[in-house]
Amino acid sequence: MKNVRSGVQSLKILFLGVLLLSLSSFAAATELTMFYPVAVGGALTKLVDRLVQDFEAENPDISVKAIYSGNYSDTMTKAMTALKGGKPPHLSVILSTEIFTLIDNDAILPFDDLVTTAKEKKWLDSFYPALMENSRTGNKTWSIPFQRSTIVMYYNKDAFRKAGLDPEAPPATWDELIAMGSKLVTKNSAGKVTQWGLEIPSTGYPYWMFGALSRQNGEVLMNDGGTETYFDHPGVIQALDFWKDLGTKHGIMPKGTIEWGTLRTDFLEQKTAIMWHSTGNLTAVKKNASFDFGVAMLPAKKERGTPTGGGNFYIFKQTTAEERAAALKFVEWMTQPERTAQWSIGTGYLGTRADAYKTKELEAYVKDFPPAAVARDQLKYATAELSVHENGRVYKTLNDAIQSALTGAKTPEKALKDAQKQAERILKRYR
Amino acid sequence: MKPTFQLRYWNQINGWLLVLPAVFMISLFTHYPIVSNLFHSLFSMGTATRPEIFIGLENYKYLLDDDIFWKVLKNNFIYSLCTVPFSIGIALCMALLINRNIRGRSLVRMSFFTPTVLPMIAVANIWLFFYTPEYGLFDQIFGFFGGDSHNWLGNPDSALYCLIVMVIWKESGFFMVFYLAALQQLSPELKEAGLVEGSGSWYYFRRVTFPLLMPTTLFVTVNAVVNSFKLVDHLVIMTKGGPDNATSLLLYYIYENAFSFWDTSYAATLTVVLVLILAAITIFQFAVVEKRIHYQ
Repeated sequence: MKNVRSGVQSLKILFLGVLLLSLSSFAAATELTMFYPVAVGGALTKLVDRLVQDFEAENPDISVKAIYSGNYSDTMTKAMTALKGGKPPHLSVILSTEIFTLIDNDAILPFDDLVTTAKEKKWLDSFYPALMENSRTGNKTWSIPFQRSTIVMYYNKDAFRKAGLDPEAPPATWDELIAMGSKLVTKNSAGKVTQWGLEIPSTGYPYWMFGALSRQNGEVLMNDGGTETYFDHPGVIQALDFWKDLGTKHGIMPKGTIEWGTLRTDFLEQKTAIMWHSTGNLTAVKKNASFDFGVAMLPAKKERGTPTGGGNFYIFKQTTAEERAAALKFVEWMTQPERTAQWSIGTGYLGTRADAYKTKELEAYVKDFPPAAVARDQLKYATAELSVHENGRVYKTLNDAIQSALTGAKTPEKALKDAQKQAERILKRYR
Repeated sequence: MKPTFQLRYWNQINGWLLVLPAVFMISLFTHYPIVSNLFHSLFSMGTATRPEIFIGLENYKYLLDDDIFWKVLKNNFIYSLCTVPFSIGIALCMALLINRNIRGRSLVRMSFFTPTVLPMIAVANIWLFFYTPEYGLFDQIFGFFGGDSHNWLGNPDSALYCLIVMVIWKESGFFMVFYLAALQQLSPELKEAGLVEGSGSWYYFRRVTFPLLMPTTLFVTVNAVVNSFKLVDHLVIMTKGGPDNATSLLLYYIYENAFSFWDTSYAATLTVVLVLILAAITIFQFAVVEKRIHYQ
């Protein structure tokens, strides 16, 4: 008797256990790991954490571990190292231009293979076309725009007034830029420059700034397939000549290279009246500027122009079907008009889609603070950011060429011709 | 006869067993990677869609043509030749200074040692602002005396030396500690004997203190040389090797190849060169220099 009872009891316990186990597996969240970069500093990590929390509250079956992973190149390094170690993140925000490198390493999935419903397919087409240029190759969409920017011109209106310039008419052409820049340079009694007219950063991402100058001179730096570069085109060489002349001939910019990391401080400390920088700095500049400042589109030589920039969402291939679905859900959620608006207000990055600017929050924000719309308005002149196979190596080639020209080690023509030769050697095997 | 043999035999086994863990660890983390590096340097760069293939000495041929490689190698030698003697010299001076009974000795000791305790990344961030044109610390000091503003890190002629100054500042305190320890080991009788014999303090330093510190100097030199090839953290923050590779060092170039370009085979080739250089220097130091050292 005793034996039977204990047998029944253990059966009951077993049954309960199985029940609990199956219940818990129902409740077990799909866990996603995401890497994300911060390129401009500021309180972006808090904003990302808040968005992730909101998402988790709405989707209790998915938990997202968002890991801050340094700047863009650090994030790429981290994701690739994790991939080679066999444990890549499920999704990551990485520079949109890493598309070819990620495809060559068989790391990512095209979104076309993930979307199923008609609504989702429509979602793929809901972004500004200029922002999708770096997302698509071979008729597939490999990434979704998120933390996107263009280069804009920040200028100190007080300095414009002091120099007798109209603060509402920032330079619109290269000639005006030189003319106004020379007026904005101030010197002390000893002849020492106390405020420069203009600073364009030449460390960190010089190829990006150079993409803008080339575009303004009517040139692009590469083909769509990412297999050819045009560094030695005459128009491109002219663009680098111009950049160099700003410092050496016109004297409106410091000679040598200008540090990306300290440029914003230069502007806020009024050491330069104009800076070219990512629109991702906007909110930080707005919070910290002790003077009246304005934001304008970059000036034109032949036409206006800027590359787009910044990071996109990628979903990695080494994932299960559930993880992919969850990751897709997260990316969709993060890029809804309201979220995009919230992100844009919090950072200064672009609203990646037209309907984001129709949301109540962003509409009111732009009305109150018109500079927030400059980057968007500039999108119609925007072109793709330099993106080729073996991106890291080609970037280095071009960055070195730009720096060697700006520091006077080589002439712009020689520097760019050398860079083109090296890029040819690297890209030949991808044609 | 027989038992003696057995004892010796067992002693041998015993000895080998004792060193086995160390041998295992060293082979796993030092010897195996070196051999594997050599092996990988004979292959082409591979990606998932284009697997690597055997290319023999192709990478080494490219290395000889690679201008950037020669530039970083030259930079690295300048960097070593400046940082090693200066940081050791300063370390020795600081150690001699604070080995005496001076007022506020612990405060001075602490301030000499502080740079060593700070993480390199933090130091690099601080010095980045020191070197900032116009409002950076150095430009403010120069400006106060009527000097012009300098683009310290943006000028290829000055950038490397700016980094060298920073590294000397950072490293000296660390080497000072070794010298200080060695100085405190010196027996006071020598000093007394010197006084009785009427030797001047410079003479005493030159003929007694410095020779007795030689074992420490050798140790510190080996460390300083290795560090000058190993320490590249500050480049990531301050210059990224720029402008135009003016500040790039061998290890940083290896890192770039391996983790920005994902060309691990060329990175392996460069690593082979680095290993050869370090091995040559170390062998020279131990084989030639050590013979001239007097151990107490």
